[in-house]
Amino acid sequence: MGAQLRVYKRRIQAVTATKKITKAMEMIAASRIVKAQRKVTASMPYATELTRAVTAVATGSTTKHPLTTEADAPARAAVLLLTSDRGLAGGYSSNAIKAAERLRERLAAEGKEVDTYIVGRKGVAYYGFRERKVAESWTGFTDSPEYGDAKKIAAPLIESITKDTAEGGVDELHIVYTEFVSMMTQNAVDGRMLPLSLDQVVEESGAKDEILPLFDFEPSAEDVLDALLPRYVESRIYNALLQAAASEHAARRRAMKSATDNAGDLIKSLSRLANAARQAEITQEISEIVGGAGALADASAGSDK
Amino acid sequence: MAAELHVELVAADRSVWSGEATLVVARTTSGDIGVMPGHQPLLGVLESGPVTIRTGDGRTVVAAVHGGFISFADNKLSLLAEIAELAVEIDVQRAERALERAKSDTDGAAERRADVRLRAVAVH
Repeated sequence: MGAQLRVYKRRIQAVTATKKITKAMEMIAASRIVKAQRKVTASMPYATELTRAVTAVATGSTTKHPLTTEADAPARAAVLLLTSDRGLAGGYSSNAIKAAERLRERLAAEGKEVDTYIVGRKGVAYYGFRERKVAESWTGFTDSPEYGDAKKIAAPLIESITKDTAEGGVDELHIVYTEFVSMMTQNAVDGRMLPLSLDQVVEESGAKDEILPLFDFEPSAEDVLDALLPRYVESRIYNALLQAAASEHAARRRAMKSATDNAGDLIKSLSRLANAARQAEITQEISEIVGGAGALADASAGSDK
Repeated sequence: MAAELHVELVAADRSVWSGEATLVVARTTSGDIGVMPGHQPLLGVLESGPVTIRTGDGRTVVAAVHGGFISFADNKLSLLAEIAELAVEIDVQRAERALERAKSDTDGAAERRADVRLRAVAVH
């Protein structure tokens, strides 16, 4: 076998092996999207009931709570950024990071200091490489987050928002995550979790026209709100984590699908080249044989004379 | 037939139980509370403990609820809890083992969790 042909054969082999891997990853991601979507749906009843309860307390009482009132001059904001632990998911993590950068610039323009909290190894690596300060980070569960993970993330955030700004607390809490719209569409979005704006909550619960009854609070409206808001934050973070996980799998599936397609194209064009090389080799061999035979015939014909 | 109210018992990651009931007894931070159809709108903070639901067909459903909220309006009662499980789902031996382990490790939260589970099973 000629050298050229051997090189092509080896490359085809390598690309075929890669294609097998990307194909497998594509199928794994596809099966995980369904699972992740199911988890998003399963978490919905809790989230909607909780939102309803928050709306009920906030509208049904005149209570002023630090988590629902906006500071007069917000000086510091916390941003929670959700990225993935693993790569090979196309622009998934970098889109979320870009959205966080935009939010950061906007907050900085409003004169607020920004504390960054990060979920996922990709975000941590991005900030680590640029030697930026990260308040806290969590890794290892972006594939399939549990409620406990959301609790773990929410705890320091709630603690810093209840602290005074002078003592290093924050006035606002923002979250950047990738919203799962459909199999084909996922958007990196940012949203403010706290302080709570009531219009937004009402919009989310879809209860605009519903008139909420006057509730009896047990033990009191303040206590209920005190207990309710941390749970609300946790549930929002949990929902964002689940959506981000579903988006991650969808992004990975798409990235792996195009990788598989590209590998297929590459194999096709390489095998064309390999065929041409083989054909050229055969042609050369034939012409060598014909040439050699001709030379021999000429030589023997000469000696006969 | 007695009047009924609709009950939704939901945990953070799933809906645990839903159906019609004639009476729901739960423990709030200021004491046990019983809710029957037509109760005044109510929103309360739950303590960890068993919740008893008397269903429309006379059966009793007991669930272990670990913190959370109770809200009642328009004859609809929702019990929200981060963790909630029905008494029939609880593995007694496992809960007992967890209780022993929590006691020896002096892990207060785990001990309380195991205790709530066992209490729910006992009521059941």
